[in-house]
Amino acid sequence: MAMAEQDSRSLRAMALAPLLRGGRWFWPAVGLLSLPVLGALGAWGYQLTHGLRVTGLRDQVFWGVYITNLITFIGFSYGGALVSAILRLTGAAWRAPITRLSEATALITLVVGALFIFVDLGRPDRLWEFIAHPNLSSPLVWDALAVTTYLVATMIFLYLPLIPDLAVAARETDGRVGPLRRWVLRLLSLGWQGRPDQQRVLEWGTTTMAILIIPIAVTVHSVLSWAFALTTREGWHSTVFGPYFVIAALFSGVATVILVVLFFRWAYGLQRHIGAQQIRNLGMILLTLGVTYLYFTFDELLTEGYPMVMKTAELFRVLLFGQYGLQFWAFVIGGGLIPVLLVALPWTRNAKGIGIASGLVVAFMWLKRFLIIVPPQSVPLIAGPMGTYHPTWVEITITAGGIAAVPLLLILFFRLFPILAIHEMEEMESEPATQVHP
Amino acid sequence: MARDTTSTPEPAGKLSRRRLLQMMGMLGVTGAAAVSGVAALSRLTEAGDNPVPAHPGSSGEAGAHQWVFIMDLRNCDGCEQCTAACQKMHYLNKDQTWIKVFKLTSAAGQDFFMPRSCMQCEVAPCVSVCPVGASFKSPDGITLIDSDKCIGCRMCMAACPYGARYFNWTEPPKAPAGMGPRRPEYPVPQQKGTVGKCVMCVHNLRYGKLPGCVEACHMGALYVGDRNTDLATNGQVVVKLSEFLKAHDATRFKEELNTRPRVYYILGHGQSINF
Repeated sequence: MAMAEQDSRSLRAMALAPLLRGGRWFWPAVGLLSLPVLGALGAWGYQLTHGLRVTGLRDQVFWGVYITNLITFIGFSYGGALVSAILRLTGAAWRAPITRLSEATALITLVVGALFIFVDLGRPDRLWEFIAHPNLSSPLVWDALAVTTYLVATMIFLYLPLIPDLAVAARETDGRVGPLRRWVLRLLSLGWQGRPDQQRVLEWGTTTMAILIIPIAVTVHSVLSWAFALTTREGWHSTVFGPYFVIAALFSGVATVILVVLFFRWAYGLQRHIGAQQIRNLGMILLTLGVTYLYFTFDELLTEGYPMVMKTAELFRVLLFGQYGLQFWAFVIGGGLIPVLLVALPWTRNAKGIGIASGLVVAFMWLKRFLIIVPPQSVPLIAGPMGTYHPTWVEITITAGGIAAVPLLLILFFRLFPILAIHEMEEMESEPATQVHP
Repeated sequence: MARDTTSTPEPAGKLSRRRLLQMMGMLGVTGAAAVSGVAALSRLTEAGDNPVPAHPGSSGEAGAHQWVFIMDLRNCDGCEQCTAACQKMHYLNKDQTWIKVFKLTSAAGQDFFMPRSCMQCEVAPCVSVCPVGASFKSPDGITLIDSDKCIGCRMCMAACPYGARYFNWTEPPKAPAGMGPRRPEYPVPQQKGTVGKCVMCVHNLRYGKLPGCVEACHMGALYVGDRNTDLATNGQVVVKLSEFLKAHDATRFKEELNTRPRVYYILGHGQSINF
């Protein structure tokens, strides 16, 4: 009993410490990450005044890294939905220390990804047309509906389990944070006292959201794929695209969660709560999704490539052996085989090996999305040369800013909100049996 | 469902003797071929004489004409005068090739040319995917863009199987003042950040004038026609549309996609556009 109380105190102290003090790396990291974000805002301003001609896009290849970023970042956010929702519903108790991290990652990567819709539009000032005159037969309207629904769901799913923790935070940091922050914490905790009726409502709400967020997330990634698959273009028009995108999102999303977990575990010294078990289990999920994704990739290539009609032949020539060949095989090895092996082999199945695997997956899944989006546009629709596309400094600067924005927002978020799911973890400790076998 | 590729969309009616005489008379009076073409087209528009409504869908006169193009590849010499005339008429950037001439090679190794405008598909993929309804079908069969609504997402460019749509990456050339307001039928000047494409010069057809490309084609390879009056002209001769298509085994591009284009191709010996 005394041990449990001590545990609980140290858990709270550990979860709330970042709210009081950010660690020595905090301000340097914020400064360093702000630079690319500011650079991206500047480049975006430049693009807004000069138009999309400042990109490498032209009429043959008209979608490039912005659309790649959109798909990739929204894909990253799926990892949070998986870890938090699916593991919650299956009663995996080991998830508790990493749910907050994955839910916040889901929200932040989603917001950054969705911003690239605005960056890619020729006339972002007319976005209200989407609301004023939506054409319901357009896959892009489905996209907009799905992404906004997912955004709201992700916010609720992050917020609900946070309510009891906000009450704890308000109480325990009293006098050590400014009056404004205390007021915000109080306000957001909605008068949580841990009464049984409050517990019931919270439990019901969280479970409902965990169930809802899975079909919503599947919808988002399928609908994103349909913006390509519902055209008649070779390389896009494929029945496998819906599930292919969903698996891609899960694969890269879990890798993102692993990187976020490893960083904050190191940065705030959370090793006591986020142990080898969490990292190893996440690694095994990554491995499963990795082989599934490789399988999908192979299946698609074989089905399209065996009959080898003329347009397929042209696409395969550039994708596998031509101007994109090096990148494609780099993905297969660097984004598929090596990460899978790093997790599968017992002597690299540790934090370092799984971390490297995740880093490779995140980087190469961006490249894979690029290879899904760009080469099918390069193949001429009638006759003529292969289209070329070279991203310009504007596109690279804006992309770098998007990449930096994710850790920056996460670091800032966890200075304001508890990094561990205190309430959930305490519940697990008090009644582990019901949580492990619900 | 009729999926006829080479026959005509409507049963071939008989060209009435009266109309033929009227037309012949006109040809005789005017003499000069180009001028007669214009006159023939004004005959073409005479039936009903309904202008294209300023905003299609709002007019009860819908569909008085059903415009089509015919491209006779036997005559195209690849001079690209059509492209130049189109760009001049619509004040376009040079990369906006609303009608573009492709050089193709027959199976026997012989080069030939294929102009590609917008196919004005009856089942237009670009229209269904436009998120804001900026692309739409006019009652007379033209696919138009309201470039004051277009958000520049380029989904229509992804959906078009013919590569007929172009994005204004840069500011388009200045158009002279006094051209009247920009409208979907004559989207001039184009707007940076929006998509443009061939509109079959419906603003010309309305006044019995030929589209810019047809008028510019000195080879007479391009015809504009109307299914309702069953006439077509290249500015030099007037033909009965349905019979002309049938007699020359007209075909449509990428018929298998079921987009039902309103552009017919007449192929020469050994020429093929089905690839």
